[in-house]
Amino acid sequence: MTDIQYVAPRTLDEAVAAFAATKGAGRILAGGTDLLVQMRNGVVTPSAIVDVKKIAEMIAIEETKEGGFKIGAAVPGATLRDHAKLRKAWPGVVEAANLIGSTQIQSRATAGGNLCNGSPAGDSVPAMIAAGAIVTIQGPKGRRELPVEKVPKSPGRLNLEPGEIVVSFTLPPRPKGSSDAYLRMIPRTEMDIAVVGCGVSLTLDNGTCTAARVGLGAIAPTVLLVEDAAKALIGSKLDDAALAKAAAACSAACRPIDDKRGTIVYRTKVAGVLLKRTTLIAAERAGGK
Amino acid sequence: MAKLHVSTTINGEPQEFLCDAEQSMLDILRGPLGLTGSKEGCGTGDCGACTITVNGRIACSCLMLAAEAEGQQIGTIEGMAGEELHPLQQKFLEMAALQCGICTPGVLMAAKALLERNPDPSEHDVRFWLAGNLCRCTGYDKIVRAVMETAADMRGAAR
Amino acid sequence: MSTTESKTDSAVNDNKWIGQRTVRPDGADKVTGRAAYSADTNMPGMIWGKVLRSPHAHARIKSINTKKAEAYPGVKAVVTAKDIVNFPLDKSVMLGIQDMRWMCRNVMAREKVLFIGHPVAAVAAMSEKIAAEACKLIEVEYEVLPFVVDVEEAMKPGAPILHDFLKHEGKPSNIAGTLEHKLGDVAAGFAKADVVIERTFHTQPVHQGYIEPHACLVSVSDGKATIWSSSQGQFMVRAMCAYLTGIPQNDIRAIPAEIGGGFGGKTIIYLEPLALMLARKSGRPVKMIMTRGEVFHASGPTSGSYNKVKVGATKDGKLVAAQGTFCLQAGAFPGSPIRGAAGCAFAPYDIPNVHSVGIDVVSNRSKVAAYRAPGAPIGAHAMECVMDEIAEALKMDPLELRLKNAAKQGTKAAHGPVFPRIGFVETIEEAKKHAHYTTALPKAKRGVRYGRGVASGFWFNAGGESSAQVNINEDGTVVVITGHPDIGGSRASTANITAEVLGIDYKKVSVLIGDTSVIGFSNLTGGSRVTYASAMVVTQSTEHVISILKERAAKIWKIDPDAVVWENGEARPAGDNAGKFEPLSLGQIAAQASATGGPIGAGKQLNTTGAEGGFATHLCDVEVDEDLGIVRVLRYTAFQDVGRAIHPGYVEGQMQGGAAQGIGWALSEEYIYDKNGKLDNPSFLDYRMPVCSDLPMLDSVIIEVPNPKHPQGVRGVGEVPLVPPMAAVANAIHNALGRRFYSLPMSPPKVLASLDMAAE
Repeated sequence: MTDIQYVAPRTLDEAVAAFAATKGAGRILAGGTDLLVQMRNGVVTPSAIVDVKKIAEMIAIEETKEGGFKIGAAVPGATLRDHAKLRKAWPGVVEAANLIGSTQIQSRATAGGNLCNGSPAGDSVPAMIAAGAIVTIQGPKGRRELPVEKVPKSPGRLNLEPGEIVVSFTLPPRPKGSSDAYLRMIPRTEMDIAVVGCGVSLTLDNGTCTAARVGLGAIAPTVLLVEDAAKALIGSKLDDAALAKAAAACSAACRPIDDKRGTIVYRTKVAGVLLKRTTLIAAERAGGK
Repeated sequence: MAKLHVSTTINGEPQEFLCDAEQSMLDILRGPLGLTGSKEGCGTGDCGACTITVNGRIACSCLMLAAEAEGQQIGTIEGMAGEELHPLQQKFLEMAALQCGICTPGVLMAAKALLERNPDPSEHDVRFWLAGNLCRCTGYDKIVRAVMETAADMRGAAR
Repeated sequence: MSTTESKTDSAVNDNKWIGQRTVRPDGADKVTGRAAYSADTNMPGMIWGKVLRSPHAHARIKSINTKKAEAYPGVKAVVTAKDIVNFPLDKSVMLGIQDMRWMCRNVMAREKVLFIGHPVAAVAAMSEKIAAEACKLIEVEYEVLPFVVDVEEAMKPGAPILHDFLKHEGKPSNIAGTLEHKLGDVAAGFAKADVVIERTFHTQPVHQGYIEPHACLVSVSDGKATIWSSSQGQFMVRAMCAYLTGIPQNDIRAIPAEIGGGFGGKTIIYLEPLALMLARKSGRPVKMIMTRGEVFHASGPTSGSYNKVKVGATKDGKLVAAQGTFCLQAGAFPGSPIRGAAGCAFAPYDIPNVHSVGIDVVSNRSKVAAYRAPGAPIGAHAMECVMDEIAEALKMDPLELRLKNAAKQGTKAAHGPVFPRIGFVETIEEAKKHAHYTTALPKAKRGVRYGRGVASGFWFNAGGESSAQVNINEDGTVVVITGHPDIGGSRASTANITAEVLGIDYKKVSVLIGDTSVIGFSNLTGGSRVTYASAMVVTQSTEHVISILKERAAKIWKIDPDAVVWENGEARPAGDNAGKFEPLSLGQIAAQASATGGPIGAGKQLNTTGAEGGFATHLCDVEVDEDLGIVRVLRYTAFQDVGRAIHPGYVEGQMQGGAAQGIGWALSEEYIYDKNGKLDNPSFLDYRMPVCSDLPMLDSVIIEVPNPKHPQGVRGVGEVPLVPPMAAVANAIHNALGRRFYSLPMSPPKVLASLDMAAE
């Protein structure tokens, strides 16, 4: 008594073929924690559901030969958390993925799904942007790569071609003295959508910041890479003046809305506050402060 | 469209069922399988009353398609007690850690999974692990105390 | 981790079972998933019902065409307002506090839809999906009207009028009614005051937030209906369904399912009469379950409000006058809890001059339902915040100010009664000497400040009708049946009392909740009345059983019944016969019941009185993040006079649960409407009730000043705990930041805006 088709292919080629055949009316199922809610609320009625959790490449965490990590798009947050080496190299990415929903949700929700849901408030996205993650995409025309910040287009929309599937995230190798962090502001302590989310990745050399990237969520139609904030940090010793400048850059980058979760004024101010706090956590992890 | 045939394992026993593509695991548990111990409080993963385990990890059964159960190990509240109640179940009764009881199956499933991973959780650990299980009656106080006391008892018994 | 404590008069401590933390009789079923809640029962041939709801906040219904829906494959019945009994608007028909004129229009819109989510029609079909699809085929022609959702807006001249027949001061108005309490002369009182504080407060509607959505299963066969549903009263379900469907009460059997939380929200019905009419029309059992969205949109939260409170005190801290105006939004139909707001706000204090006014205001939101001490938390929030300002102005300790003015035996409350022995003073005294109050707060550090607040509260409590039956089984075990759905462990209290009075092991007592065909009329599980009232009927039933047991023993011994005493679960010969016979246990007498006169059992039905008010004082410590405006509760202690704690575990549970709900009301919960009058946060995700990691341990100090009018000394417990928290949190935030907040919730954007204002 349903028109909806469910398939769980074992290879990426089959998944791409099945997904492309729906001509945009199908949906990819990874953790399902957004898709099932949307289906239930009647926001989405897919013609087909393509479950990608049986595709080996999409559920694997691998170390790349360059010394980075390749994370399958359908790996749930809890699996990332259990990966000691990944957690050590990219604590911010792992903590961001594990702030999505409850313990129950973390068993299911994936970074791939979080990105492809297209919400400006997705928790893992600012951390992935800060990390400089490269997304591998496969579609009917083959494989391509895209920096993660280029994937979201507008709320709920992505820069993907019809039939394309996000396969994995590649995180670069970590130079010595590097770490990352993610913080979000929510009214409760758990179970909320970020009012503002901030990811910072940086490298310290003798206390001086030599590289930095900042991702900011829930303050614009898409999650942003805030290059001005990174510039303010790079070359500094992360002193109060540099932090204030970077915070101001974050607030300046905000183009938020007033909604049930927060106000424009509040989000703009909090973006700066979070930048400072997140940077200091990342710096402490990097061994600098 | 024909129904999907799913072979799975529920509380250690092989189980087969038919479902529609969009039906949730919770729909199938509560409907055809008659396992109504998992409750639907919201249907959107925000209350935890439908908590089950999938291959040992807790999940909201309302946010899982029934079709995804193919080949998986599913655990529900109905499988928690053997001939005797699980120590958590017993402690919840002794410490009045439930009032209306509608959230209790989900809380117990989550707490059991916590103690399996972490036999000595702090209050902070318990509170954040259970943050996805809404309880409107107790203010969580007696729930947290019961989980921690059970953990202490189980550690004592294991020594 | 701190612990809970109990302060008890030693005189009442010689009980064996009363006061024990026994395991609840229904416990094992509830921890194993076996307990059957409202959505857990199915029937052969059962079909599914769904409700079509209004997309408009306010519109006239011009026509409804159900033909396409009726013709849709799989649809078995469609109902509209035509199928529900119409109670004409000019004549009130009351059932308890509910007027059937409003109920018949609330369960199914009649002339107009009055809020988004208002039921317009219902469909029963082979599946929920078909029913939902068929709902979309119902054609409703609306004339859309201007709407108003806010209570202040609704009172303004020129506001859209919901009901033409409602008149205030001779003109059509959204003011549906007023209530006034007067004591002394407030003008003369304020003239004597050295300090007068007057403030305006706003609170938002908040939902009870029970985790179990409304659900029911109804079967009608041969004109006789059986209803399985979870409610706070199966007799209420039966009576309301009888009114709304025209089926006589003897043809309706209402079976109480286990209830997954109510907090007042399940003291009225929504789905049952619709399912009943669908079942009658289709000839099939019909099951209906609300989604969480439907619960938020269309079941009753409690009122939002707009309040003014003015209090005067002399230099030495004596309150001399208090004036309050409490405007409560009722939702679509009259009936907001103004009695609780206006009546309870000033009741904790001995104030010679009081003028308290409640104003009931309709607006285009779902009709409010009861929520734990209905109205009282709204009144107390305003009054207790003003009390904090009085204490500040007088440089007095806030508990000292309360102690100085506390109501006690003989105090006349503005709402009427002269208090008998009450334990309010004791709650303040215990709070004052408690380690929570005497321990210093952490020192403020960069960006983080700490504060402590106190507040008190009062709730009326209720008695009312209860029935019980106590039967002795053939083996000497006992079955007790009452008529009250057990929401928070009341079966355990009933078992404690029965075991105590009979002098037998608690485990020999089982407790059942009877349906409407099994047990006599019993009023709602509400008003903090269940343990209070059922203890009375259970005690009297058990005492009657004991008199029968003594007669049977006398018969066996062939002595006069007056020469038999009942002690420790045994009949013993007394007086001249003392020691002449071996005592007879309950089991021994039960085994011979047939030979001595037949089965043994007794029932009692009462309209109980003497419930008397309940008082509490709460302490709250908060931590405020000055850069993000986030407030977290660090420590919380509730002190309450409970009269007598029959089962301390569940008494503490009430105190803790109420405090948690109050913390949510204070900090994060609210109904948010968009510009179209639509609720914008109808989910647990965005409604933001406290989760486990939001709260600290909630300490509870049970104070037992026995109620002289109750056999065990019980006072109602369940509702008082929600009265003080909002002000306790607000006062703590003020203590931390030096900023006062007059509007709930005290959410991060509001806190940060206030801090920014202070900085400028």
